[in-house]
Amino acid sequence: MRLAYRFAMASDKITADGVEVTGFPDLARRYRVSSVPKTVVGETAEFVGAQSEATLLQHIQKAAETPLAS
Amino acid sequence: MYFDDQVKVDIQERLSEMVHPVKLVVFSQSLQFPESEEVTRLLQELVTLDSRLLLEAKNFVIDKEEAERLKVHHIPGVAILRAGVDGGADLDYGIRFFGLPMQYDFGVLIDGIVDVSKGEAGLEAATLEALAALDQPIHLQVFTTPT
Repeated sequence: MRLAYRFAMASDKITADGVEVTGFPDLARRYRVSSVPKTVVGETAEFVGAQSEATLLQHIQKAAETPLAS
Repeated sequence: MYFDDQVKVDIQERLSEMVHPVKLVVFSQSLQFPESEEVTRLLQELVTLDSRLLLEAKNFVIDKEEAERLKVHHIPGVAILRAGVDGGADLDYGIRFFGLPMQYDFGVLIDGIVDVSKGEAGLEAATLEALAALDQPIHLQVFTTPT
């Protein structure tokens, strides 16, 4: 989560929510959270587990190139 | 009381790294979601540990416009802002925490406060360069549990 926060600090294009999911079962269902930490990037990409700075950047760049599903 | 004396010392040591004041804007709603008040109480105790920590407690219903402005769509929700100085505007990096920050999440919240206070992302130069090229908003959501 700290890495996501740091990405938000580094770019005004990025916002970052940390969500303690036990209080939000609707979000857990919506984003199919069965393992944590789970990161959802721009609604189009997701991964489970801690990731490196370079890997999170790759996910962000990929999400930026992927149009949102209608 | 959420923190015993040793935990208070540990938190204060971590917060000693703060540079600029940080404002926590917490939204709760006692009537419909009484459990959301627990986060407000936790943060009320936290801000007593360092004078550079400021707290604004908001009602998610009464302060609906403020919640929308800060994009706090769930409660309990906390916006972590670098507090403006001399009447200046707060600096909003778009960092939020939803839920009750306990155990691991509490540590991350403290890390976030310190990072926002310092204003340093601490990322590699190549990452910063790549992020500067982003031309559309990207929203990150990190789901955790209190373990």
